[in-house]
Amino acid sequence: MDFGRISRRHLLQGGAALTLGAASGIRPVFAAETTIGFIYVGSRDDYGYNQAHAQGAAALKKIPGLKVVEEEKVPETDAVEKTIESMINLDGASLLFPTSFGYYNPHMIKMANKFPKLRFEHCGGLWSDKDPKNAGSYFGYIDEAQYISGIVAGYTSKSGKVGFVAAKPIPQVLRNINAFALGAKLANPKATTQVIFTGDWSMPVKEAEATNSLIDQGVDVLTCHVDGPKTMVENAARRGAFVCGYHVNQSPLAPKAYLTGAEWNWEALYPKFVKMIAAGESIPNFYRGGLKEEIVKTSPYGESVSAEARKHADEVKAKFLSAEGYAIFKGGLVDNKGKTVIPAGTDRGQKDPELEKMDYLVEGVIGATS
Amino acid sequence: MADGSIGLWTVPLAVLGGAIRVSTPFLFVSLGECITERSGRINLGLEGTLVMGAMSAYGISYLTGSPWLGVLAAGITGALLGALHAGICSLPRVNDVAVGIALMLFGTGLAFYLGKPLIEPTAPRLSAIDFGWWSDIPQLRAALRVNVLFLIGVALAPILYWAFRTTRWGLLIRTAGESSDAARAMGHSVLLIRLRATMVGGFLAGIGGSFLSLFYPGSWNEGLSSGQGITAVALVIFARWDPLLCLWASLAFGGAAALGPALQSVGVTSGYHLFNAAPYILTLAIMIITCSPKRTLTGAPAELSITR
Repeated sequence: MDFGRISRRHLLQGGAALTLGAASGIRPVFAAETTIGFIYVGSRDDYGYNQAHAQGAAALKKIPGLKVVEEEKVPETDAVEKTIESMINLDGASLLFPTSFGYYNPHMIKMANKFPKLRFEHCGGLWSDKDPKNAGSYFGYIDEAQYISGIVAGYTSKSGKVGFVAAKPIPQVLRNINAFALGAKLANPKATTQVIFTGDWSMPVKEAEATNSLIDQGVDVLTCHVDGPKTMVENAARRGAFVCGYHVNQSPLAPKAYLTGAEWNWEALYPKFVKMIAAGESIPNFYRGGLKEEIVKTSPYGESVSAEARKHADEVKAKFLSAEGYAIFKGGLVDNKGKTVIPAGTDRGQKDPELEKMDYLVEGVIGATS
Repeated sequence: MADGSIGLWTVPLAVLGGAIRVSTPFLFVSLGECITERSGRINLGLEGTLVMGAMSAYGISYLTGSPWLGVLAAGITGALLGALHAGICSLPRVNDVAVGIALMLFGTGLAFYLGKPLIEPTAPRLSAIDFGWWSDIPQLRAALRVNVLFLIGVALAPILYWAFRTTRWGLLIRTAGESSDAARAMGHSVLLIRLRATMVGGFLAGIGGSFLSLFYPGSWNEGLSSGQGITAVALVIFARWDPLLCLWASLAFGGAAALGPALQSVGVTSGYHLFNAAPYILTLAIMIITCSPKRTLTGAPAELSITR
C-alpha cells in the first residue's frame, strides 16, 4: 500500500493541493488487483437509487481481479471525504464512485485534487474544464425513460390527472417531472401532472401522505423521484391507483398496478468503465447517455397497459434508439407560469448542457419549484 | 366534483386522515413514556425502541404470516429494551438521559443491522376497519380507514388517566416519581417500580413501531421513523405528563404532518418547507407560551432528572 508515501508527500506539500491539478493527465497505474470503492447516501437495498448502484457494483464483483469495497449511509457532508480517504488509505482503492449528487462539489473535487493519481467517477455531477482531470461525472438521461412512462401514464389515466412525488426541486428532478408531464401530454393533450415535494430524499411518512393527497385530488397514475419508491408504490396500489416505477423495477411490489418504469442500467455501464481503464483508455470526464447508450432502460409493460399505449410508447422508444435521436424538450416550450423557456425553433437535444440547469416546470404541471 | 376531485376540501380531510394515520406511533410512544416518566425516570431511548419494534414486527409478520404476532413481538422487544434501560439505570450514579441516548443509537443500529434482509420482502399487513362505509366520497372513506391499534391507543389514554388517579399501582408509580423516599418508607422498591414502568413504556413504544411497519406507511425501511420516537418523548413534556393531553398532542402532530403535502396538492406551493416544519413550530410556540421562569413545569414528576 502506498499510503505512507502519499500522506508524507502531503505533509510536505501542505496546502499546495491546488497546484496538484497541474499534475493531472497522469493515467493511474493499477496493481494486479484493483480495488474499487462505492459510496452510497442511503441503504444499498432500498428498492431505489442506491440499490441500482449496488447492482452495478455487484456486476463488477463478478469480474476477476477486481475487489469492491462499499460503504452505505454516508451523508453529503465532509463525512464523505473521510470515507474516501479511508477507502484510499486503508483499502487501497484506486477508482472511486461517490454516487450521490451532493458528494460532488466541494467534497469529491477536493479529494480528486488531493489524490491526483487516482480516478474519481461521480454520478450526476456537472464536470467542467475547471474541475480536476482525474475526476469525471457520468449520468443517464433517465428523463427518456420517464417520457415513455409519461406516455403510458397519459393513456392509462381516466381522470387525465397524473401525479409525481418528488424529493427536492433540483435540476435532475425537475427534468424528470417535465419529461413525465410532456409524455403524458403527448398521449393526452389535456393531461395535467401534479407534483408534491417532500423536502428530502427519504421521508416515508411524507411520501405516503403525498401519495394519499394526490389520489384525493383525483390523480390515478403516479410516479416519483425519491430514493426509495417502495412507499409510494405500495400506498398508491392500496388506494387502487396505477404506478410507474423509478430507479429499479418495482413490479414485484404491486404486480397489478405497475405500468412501466424508468430504471438505471449501471450493471451495463460500470463494466464498460473498467474495460476502458484496463485497455489503457481514459474514461471521458463528462459521460452521458440514455436509452441508446444503455445507461437507462424501461421496465417491461404491466398487464394494464393498453395496446394503443404500448404502440405509441414503442414508437417513441424506437426514435430514442435511432441514429438521429429524439428531443423531448422542443423549441417553443412554455413553463407553467407562462414564460417561454426554450425559444421557438431551437430544440434542446438530450446532450444540451442547458437542460442540466433546468429550474422550471413546464406548462401542464401543477406545482412550483420553491 | 364530477371528475372525482374534491378541491380545497382535500386539506381538512387530509389533516383529519393524517391525524388518524400518522398519530398512532406518537400516541403509543408518548403514553409509554408518560408511564415511565411518572415513575421518575426519563427514557430517551424510545426512538431506538420504536425502530426496533418496527423491524421486529415486520420480520415476525413476514416469517409467521401473522401481523398480530408481529405486533406482540414488537411489544416484547420494546419491553426487553425497556428492561435494559431500567437495569443499567439501577446501577449507582448512572444518568438515565445518557443511557437513553446510548440505547437510542443501539436500538436504531441493531434494527438496521438485523433489518437488512427485510427491506425487500413484503410482509402481511394489519387490516383496517372501514368507518367510512356510509359515505360515497372515496376520499372520505380513505381517510376513515382506521386501524385497531389507533382505537386501542385512543382508549388507552383515558384508561391511563383514570388509572393514575384512582388505582393502587397508579398511585405507586406517582409516588416513586414524586418522592422516592416516600415510596421507600411505604416499603416499596423504587427500582422495581421504575423497572416495570420502563418495561411497560417500552412495550407500548414497540407497538407504536409495529404500526409504522405493518400499517402506515406499511413497510420496513431505514428512514421509516425519521425521528418520530424522539418527537414523541418531547411531546410528553409538552403534554404535561397527562395521558389525555398526550392524545390531543399526538393527534395535532399527526394532522400537522399531513398539512404540508395536502396544501401542495391544492396548489399552495410557496413555502412548503415551512409547512413541513409545522409540527415543530407548533411545539416551539406552545412551549414558549406556557413556560414561565417563576415556577417549574406544572405536572412534572419531582424525581425526574431533568426537573430535579
